[in-house]
Amino acid sequence: METAYLIETVIKIVVILLIFSALAGIGTYFERKVLAFMQRRLGPVNVGPFGLLQVAADGIKLFTKEDIVPKNVVGRIFKIAPVITAATAFMAAAAIPFLPSFTLFGYEVHPIVADINIGILYILGVMGIGLYGPLLGGMASANKFSLLSAARGAAIFISYEVITGLSILAPIMMVGSLSLIDFNEYQAGGITDWIVWSQPVAFILFWIAAFAETGRTPFHLIANDHEIIDGFGTEYSGMRWGLFFIGEYANMFFISFVMALIFLGGYGDGSFLGALGLLAKVAFFFFFFLWTRAAWPDVRPDQLMWLCWKVLMPIAVINIVITGIVMM
Amino acid sequence: MHNEQIEEHFKNRNVTEIDSNYYMVDIAPYPTDGWGKFKRVLKRSFRGELFVGLWVVLREMIKFDTHTIKYPEEKMPIGPRYRAVHEMKRLWESDTERCIGCGLCEKICISNCIRIDTKLDENSRKEVTEYSINLGRCIFCGYCAEVCPELAITHGGEYENASDQREHYIMYQDMLTPLDKMKAGTQLEFEGFGAVTPHEDERVKKTPLAY
Repeated sequence: METAYLIETVIKIVVILLIFSALAGIGTYFERKVLAFMQRRLGPVNVGPFGLLQVAADGIKLFTKEDIVPKNVVGRIFKIAPVITAATAFMAAAAIPFLPSFTLFGYEVHPIVADINIGILYILGVMGIGLYGPLLGGMASANKFSLLSAARGAAIFISYEVITGLSILAPIMMVGSLSLIDFNEYQAGGITDWIVWSQPVAFILFWIAAFAETGRTPFHLIANDHEIIDGFGTEYSGMRWGLFFIGEYANMFFISFVMALIFLGGYGDGSFLGALGLLAKVAFFFFFFLWTRAAWPDVRPDQLMWLCWKVLMPIAVINIVITGIVMM
Repeated sequence: MHNEQIEEHFKNRNVTEIDSNYYMVDIAPYPTDGWGKFKRVLKRSFRGELFVGLWVVLREMIKFDTHTIKYPEEKMPIGPRYRAVHEMKRLWESDTERCIGCGLCEKICISNCIRIDTKLDENSRKEVTEYSINLGRCIFCGYCAEVCPELAITHGGEYENASDQREHYIMYQDMLTPLDKMKAGTQLEFEGFGAVTPHEDERVKKTPLAY
């Protein structure tokens, strides 16, 4: 039993790693295509049909590029920082149920690595550790732009952790559990049971905070090309930079899963249609990340802090209080 | 616009009521107190401008009206006056070269990229023996085409002259219109610098003999 469990878990981990590493690559393809179409361009078209093999070409380039460690950087920290970003992104995936449980060759598979009873807390915590990737990478780079990016990253991540935690508190109060599977069971009755109808404010707050947590465009301050070059990634090249990239895209996918599971009913009753529904919701959230990047400008760091502490946090607290009063 | 108005504009360069095309941008007064600022935040937050932006980019994506030109396969049409790599034209009547070896193009070239060498042939006419243009130096200003009395050297439309070194020469024979093209009658006259403007015949005036 123990051995079987161990083997199953290892297989699940490997499958999730492979799928989401590949998805991160394909995500870049979709981002380039969607942005191009929205800006009346074509995007990648030359490598493979519709430019689909562009991902492979980029991968080959990243893997074979020289791994440059510049002079004056703090070598060890510089080298470990991208690994932290990628590793924490994938560690957060351990508590996410990607699909309803299904039967494969007469063996029941639960597509979740560890259904721990503090699932959401674990995910938020590990994503919080993800801060150390940009922070350490930026501080170790011996580059002023990277340092600025690290400082911004620390400020943004810590501020928006507050919003994430507070906004998610109200749904947790309603469900009474921290496991994402329990969240899913709570909303299994159909669309009317979705938490987004009873907690719309929390949903929007969490969505806004997700943009800050993943560093996507309206809040893309930690690597704002026109201000601080590539921020913490300026001094990185080759696969180390690629790890940052994989981490960012994996984070986008995982936070989309979390949003769909907490607020939009997840996979519903666990049927095949429900599983497809979950994937569709995740696809929409991922598309929305790209959509906003095409449509919206970046905000300034001080505006971002203002938004966090003076607008979103009071709203989140009021939301919790009202939820508590209603539940009493 | 009347003449007085134009004169008035020259005297008073500021935007005035004279010119009705200008109007002042309507800028609302900047809020000074906290309540005003709060109202402005509410107004900006709930006016839905973010969704206007989202709709605009989505609309463009659905319309799929891309403007990309897949360059090596597709090319933009260029104007007939475009000044790219030079061409040497031939005479329509006899298919012989128009160039008379006067050397004016070499003389006028401001980047010194044209070299011409001539000799007298058996009919005591000047013949071009060497003619080269260093495209690495050429700035494609069009002076050579403008100065040429015979409309022999002109610019052409060939702009793909990438080279593996900075010095990149084009020779007389490469620029000269091929004979088969002449026989087919497909030599194109250059319409840019130095060309005869259309309807020139009608504009020509007789020399005033009174001078």
